[in-house]
Amino acid sequence: MAVAANQLDAVFGALSDPTRRAILARLRRGEATVAELAAPFRVSQPAISRHLKVLEHAGLISRTRRATARLSHLRAEPLREATVWLAGYRAFWEESFERLDELLVSLQEQGEEQDEERGRTHPRGRRRPKGRRAP
Amino acid sequence: MTEMQITAAPGVPQVLTSRTFDAPRELVYRAFTEPDLIVQWLGPRRYTMTIDRFDLRDGGTWRYVHADDAGNEFGFHGVFHGEASPDGIVQTFEFEGAPRHVSMDTVTFEQADGTTTVRTNSVFQSVEARDAMVDAGMASGMNEGYERLEDLLTKLVANA
Repeated sequence: MAVAANQLDAVFGALSDPTRRAILARLRRGEATVAELAAPFRVSQPAISRHLKVLEHAGLISRTRRATARLSHLRAEPLREATVWLAGYRAFWEESFERLDELLVSLQEQGEEQDEERGRTHPRGRRRPKGRRAP
Repeated sequence: MTEMQITAAPGVPQVLTSRTFDAPRELVYRAFTEPDLIVQWLGPRRYTMTIDRFDLRDGGTWRYVHADDAGNEFGFHGVFHGEASPDGIVQTFEFEGAPRHVSMDTVTFEQADGTTTVRTNSVFQSVEARDAMVDAGMASGMNEGYERLEDLLTKLVANA
């Protein structure tokens, strides 16, 4: 878990920078050298190399050598994993709220049973059949 | 009971949700603030929830752990700010697996005709962190393929 979490942290950090996002977008079209990646930007090749190190550390790219050139390749898996982890946000709350619906029904039934035991009419006037109800 | 709504305005690191429950406000508020009730609903069913701390006071801390059958544990913690009431609970939220990614969450409870609308307001540290979360939240399932990556990259690059 700790490894996965650190990875997620690194992926978020890597994606927080617009230059690095643009580099990833360029690498979707295929591998590229540092010079090719630096061309669209008003930054030096060493600056691009630093960005590539961040992306490599996050596992978003891999780098290989061809003759004297270092080529960068997009690696999709870490980003996909981060997306899957984040998809949990909505799923987490939807399932939680469904459970909360059930709990609230059961709490209200308990409340009504207590009211009936005390011989009071339920304030909302909804008399439900006594005895055990199907879950 | 209505479907949960999620709203995320462009350029603002914030997510708003709302969900209506068929129960009075006092009861819904109890379900959000009493630990023995919280463990019965917060989180997916496959997890067992344990609340370590739940000190619902200004500056009080909370921590809970979700554990699955395989022995994996996911801890979360944060701090309450101000006096909690059905008008609002304000707290920070941090997943212990991603330290320093902290959101500030406000939950309010609004009663109408015997139903209660719960609204959450989560503020994140950056638009990127928020967008990544909301983009993912719109995904239909947990098994999306590389098309999702393409979409995500396209959006991220469009915002660059």
